Amino acid sequence: MHIDRYEKMWITLAGALLVVFAIALGFSSVVLGVRLPGLDDQLLPTAAAGPHDIQEPWVRELAPGRYEVNMRARVWNFAPTEIRVPVGSTVTFYIHSEDIIHGFKIQNTTVSLMIIPGQTAKATYTFTEPGEYLFVCHEYCGAGHHFMSGRVIVEAL
Amino acid sequence: MAATHLGSYTHAEGYVPPETERKLSLAFIGVGFAHLLVGVLLGFLQGLEHAGIDLYAYVPLIRHYYQGLSIHGVFNVLVFTTYFIGGFLLFVVGRGLERPLVTAGLGWVTFWLMTTGLLLVDYALLTNQASVLFTSYPPLQAHWTYYVGLALIVVGTWLMLVICLRTTFAWRRENPGKRTPLIAFGALATLIMWTLASVGIAVEFVGFLIPWSLGLWPGTDPLLMRTLFWFTGHPIVYFWLLPAYISWYFMVPKQVGGKLFSEPLARLAFLLFIPLSLPVGFHHQYLDPGVSEGYKAIHAFLTFAVFMPSAMTAFTVLASLETGGRARGGRGLLGWVTRLPWGDPAVSAQLLAMILFALGGVSGLINASYNLNLVVHNTMFVPGHFHLTVGSAVALTFMGVSYWLVPYLSGRRLFSRALGKWQPWLWFFGMLIMSRGMSWMGILGAPRRTQLGAAPYFLPEWELPASLTAIGGVMLTISGILFFINLFGTLLASPKSSEEQVPLAEPVEENGHMPSWLDRFTPWVTATVVIVLITYGPTLVRLFGELSFGFPGLRPY
Repeated sequence: MHIDRYEKMWITLAGALLVVFAIALGFSSVVLGVRLPGLDDQLLPTAAAGPHDIQEPWVRELAPGRYEVNMRARVWNFAPTEIRVPVGSTVTFYIHSEDIIHGFKIQNTTVSLMIIPGQTAKATYTFTEPGEYLFVCHEYCGAGHHFMSGRVIVEAL
Repeated sequence: MAATHLGSYTHAEGYVPPETERKLSLAFIGVGFAHLLVGVLLGFLQGLEHAGIDLYAYVPLIRHYYQGLSIHGVFNVLVFTTYFIGGFLLFVVGRGLERPLVTAGLGWVTFWLMTTGLLLVDYALLTNQASVLFTSYPPLQAHWTYYVGLALIVVGTWLMLVICLRTTFAWRRENPGKRTPLIAFGALATLIMWTLASVGIAVEFVGFLIPWSLGLWPGTDPLLMRTLFWFTGHPIVYFWLLPAYISWYFMVPKQVGGKLFSEPLARLAFLLFIPLSLPVGFHHQYLDPGVSEGYKAIHAFLTFAVFMPSAMTAFTVLASLETGGRARGGRGLLGWVTRLPWGDPAVSAQLLAMILFALGGVSGLINASYNLNLVVHNTMFVPGHFHLTVGSAVALTFMGVSYWLVPYLSGRRLFSRALGKWQPWLWFFGMLIMSRGMSWMGILGAPRRTQLGAAPYFLPEWELPASLTAIGGVMLTISGILFFINLFGTLLASPKSSEEQVPLAEPVEENGHMPSWLDRFTPWVTATVVIVLITYGPTLVRLFGELSFGFPGLRPY
């Protein structure tokens, strides 16, 4: 079975390119710490062990500059809709849906989650720049899907 | 005792499949394109909506954007693709093996079974009882007719495999020691891959969604349903793509006056798609909690791996085109490109589809990279990607094939070659503009599958790319209409003609014998089952172990 010399070179080159991409992916996970949701993210917020009811939405300051948000998504709103934190805060979002699948994406950040009924979606982000950060539902959830949004307001100190 | 090497089969130039088979293929293709017409017109409304022009109030039956979008998605990528592919694959198996199908009667049973299902789907969608989008994620619930109809269409595709296998076995008995002719081989690889892949959606629909929509189950398990959906939902893109590859590898070289550059690598590419198409579904679930990061990483690497047979295709198909361009007098490094028959719409549509697919493949690698996916997941970047793949590589190729296949099957001359000359170019430039707008908007954070024109949070920086999306969409709609004028004109108003020939490319090297593993599917199917058990098994066992019926259906549309 004869294979052309240039074709062999092309296949080798394409394979090598994909290996480079794979290494870049591995590097971003191991060294840069890019995280995806996984099995260990099906956790309850730490503050839920205290006086805070998991069924109710809340924002809680765990320590200076560290916040925890227990967020509820349902047709067609997020609760809370507006979250205020000082600049430099690290915020962990725990989001759950009571009805159907929703999405959660904060503009100009890497926070993007699927909110699946029965699972808890979790993401952590440090807001280093003051300003208003829009968040939207990015999974179709019915006729009012495009109304489902809110804001993180990061206040300058 | 199985032979270790198989000889080549020589085609009889003048073989014409029986009339009932030609009519069968034409029936499939006609129903498919009729649905694409509706899908394209709804796409026109979507593009304008994003630019702030809402025309839904003026359209009968369509209540809102999301009903239109559901129809656009289901008609274009489930109905049009499956029906065109059904008609095309049954044709190439009969033509490639040069014997009657076993049997054409079963083919007609398949057609009517699928079309019964299709009418149920049409009913649910057009009455706004299935506005759940192509992905049909529960607990969003549709009317039972939608799920039953789609299930019948899937059963129909399995019957197509039965017909193709029975015809192949009959051919092998008549032609011992020969390897399967290339177009029939490609059709078999496509249907075998698809049948393995469709197990996920079959379990989802028959085991869960149908009884749930009929009120027999109290609820569903959303994460398990997503996982089953994407088990099928990514490989389905190769079910759309491989028939286009059959044309690119085995037909277009003949149409440009050349030969297939490498037969063994062409066969290998098709065979590699069987095991590599399946274990990739988690790249649609990177952001799902409840699926482990390790398995997501494995699926990410395997998604890169399935890029390999497409990279091989790029070389072999381009080299085959070059043999044609040089045979037509092209000289120098790139001089052969201009000598290709660009004036033939059956060729130019497919060449332009290939160029768009190169861009689509690259944006697909971005989606598959889970770090970059964090930025583009569920944004307009994703439709920016798949309109280059299924909306161009597949749809524009199928249009190109139709420019010769519909005249051949109907025995009529193409209605207008002049319209055909312009149509692919308009699609090409329209798609470049629309896809650019969509991808740009996605990188700026605009969510996909969202009625953005009515969204209170619409950002000013989305305005320019949204306008590009609308302009490109208008160009695509005009191109689509030009195509449909030609299609229906050919079928209804064109003079009889039997000029069209089936283009069957010969390989450059007529080496008589080839290893039999390049023509036998069993080892590849076995490998697929093993890889799927490793990459999906543990997650599926866990999800089935935690199975809950806790989430009742909701119809907020």
